[in-house]
Amino acid sequence: MAKELWKGNEAIAEAAVRAGLQAYFGYPITPQTEILEYLSRRMPELGRAFVQAESELGAINMVYGAACAGVRVMSTSSSPGVSLMMEGLSYIAGTEVPAVLVNVMRGGPGLGNIAPSQADYNQAVHGGGHGDYPRIVLAPASVQEAIDMMGLSFDLAEKYRMISMMILDGSVGQMMEPAEMPEMKPIVERNWDWATNGALNRERRILSSIYIEPAAEEVANLRLANRWKEVQANEVRYKEYFLDDAEIVVVGFGTAGRVSLSAVRAARAQGIKVGLLRPITVSPFPYEVIDQLTGQAKAFLVVEMNMGQMLSDVRLAVRGRVPVEFHGRPGGMVPFPDEILHEVQRVNGANLSVQTDPIDGWLARMAEVK
Amino acid sequence: MAAPESLVYERPESFTETPTHYCPGCTHGVAHRLVAEVLEEMGVTNRTIGVAPVGCAVFAYNYFDTDFVEAPHGRAPAMATGVKRVLPDRVVFTYQGDGDLASIGMGEIVHAAARGENITVIFINNANFGMTGGQMAPTTLPGMKTTSSPNGRDVESQGYPIRMSEMISTLDGVGYCVRRSLHDPKNIRLAKKAIRTAFETQVRGLGFSMVELLSTCPTNWGMTPVNSLKFVEEHMIPAYPLGDYKVSEAIKQVKI
Repeated sequence: MAKELWKGNEAIAEAAVRAGLQAYFGYPITPQTEILEYLSRRMPELGRAFVQAESELGAINMVYGAACAGVRVMSTSSSPGVSLMMEGLSYIAGTEVPAVLVNVMRGGPGLGNIAPSQADYNQAVHGGGHGDYPRIVLAPASVQEAIDMMGLSFDLAEKYRMISMMILDGSVGQMMEPAEMPEMKPIVERNWDWATNGALNRERRILSSIYIEPAAEEVANLRLANRWKEVQANEVRYKEYFLDDAEIVVVGFGTAGRVSLSAVRAARAQGIKVGLLRPITVSPFPYEVIDQLTGQAKAFLVVEMNMGQMLSDVRLAVRGRVPVEFHGRPGGMVPFPDEILHEVQRVNGANLSVQTDPIDGWLARMAEVK
Repeated sequence: MAAPESLVYERPESFTETPTHYCPGCTHGVAHRLVAEVLEEMGVTNRTIGVAPVGCAVFAYNYFDTDFVEAPHGRAPAMATGVKRVLPDRVVFTYQGDGDLASIGMGEIVHAAARGENITVIFINNANFGMTGGQMAPTTLPGMKTTSSPNGRDVESQGYPIRMSEMISTLDGVGYCVRRSLHDPKNIRLAKKAIRTAFETQVRGLGFSMVELLSTCPTNWGMTPVNSLKFVEEHMIPAYPLGDYKVSEAIKQVKI
């Protein structure tokens, strides 16, 4: 198919439809509302389920119900709305049913603002809901990547009976870019051997997140832990740019990674041996590739649109062997390529220590922002 | 010579053989049985999906021989919406208590009703949070002592009871909404008929249906089962009048 000009949020909606989305439940919140609006027209015209829920609590529990029924189901929201969905996400995870959730992130905490942000990284990757549960988290940096990740999100969610989230900052949701849509996939009746869709000609089934006996809950937890090892072994995805001879490795996901690429190119033009690692799956996180890069890099520079969340995961992989520096723009601000270039130049010329907290230096450099 | 034995009472096939965990004298068991009898009589057991709540009925899925899911506290109507919207030819019901439905789940129940979701809600009103040990619920009567209103519910500081059936019946999406009681055999029979009508409303696509059942909680009320039944009759019914709060014209025509 030819490239067309697509707005990120509408592209996500159409890509989900073409991936076989059978039910959508959502609630308006900027900057993701266009997904809800688009699907309010598109889903009924295809005879598929669409409900504008009374709240994000309602929406995620409708997703939970439809997921138990064994269909391809999705919700989308933005940061404050996703916070409300955390209860439902934990239940979905505990019940081991597949569901897809898109978070078009905005500035926070609290009501914050509606500008692009990556401040929900920790909520998505490390927790959010109560209890122990892993989840897959994909981070697109362009409209095309968001389109390509929709089908993947459903496939991964179903393969591992797990939540698959896509986190993108508001700018990817709101921008228009040329992008190619995949072909429309037919709806496949999957007849999962776990779905509660009526006990016609079979034993009845129960789907629940309750394990009232702690020993049974422990077994369920360990099952999730073992499944997660499988995900870590098979599903880590990332993009590398100019890393072959890189002495400085910039790490950034989503828009921060995309802006960093411009800075890396500019630094290369100045002869600085710098490359970029852009995680596509922030969960499972590419620890291993960062571990390997630590052998060749003299320093890492983590760039995020938050106060340093993925930074912790990068430091975990680097394990203190080389310095890890940080540049972040929190609160809904987007870094410019030249400020990241400036950071690359600084890291290139500085005599850095592995002993210092990268946040201290970053806060000192940010002191002029008041 | 003894008369030949004839079986006059047995377990409905839509019930499993699992003994219930409910306290002696509690009317949950009666309500469960009525639902099971109705599902069997309508021949819909194998295409029914139940949604269990959080509360005393959290393990309801152990007792009904149908597919079941278990919702977060108060969210059963939303979960039922998700199931019903993707499986419109199945029978979907929630079974919720008053803490679940009238407190934390107020948003979900009102909007499921307003949307006219073709689901059936069995609502157990026993005037307290049973599972957590008898705290005040939105339905607790004025002056009634609970573990979180130890001096009796003071309406000045703790608000007034919520009459759910009256409230839900104002919504246009509702096809059938009635209140019944489980305190004596006559009322149990009337309750069963109402439950049947509610499921008939659903299978005919006539909108949202809810049956509120006034129920006992002997353990948390600190009463014998018999005194609990008297309490329902003497104190609950005056506060929560039995009656048909909404019966749509279409369902009035249905002869059962």
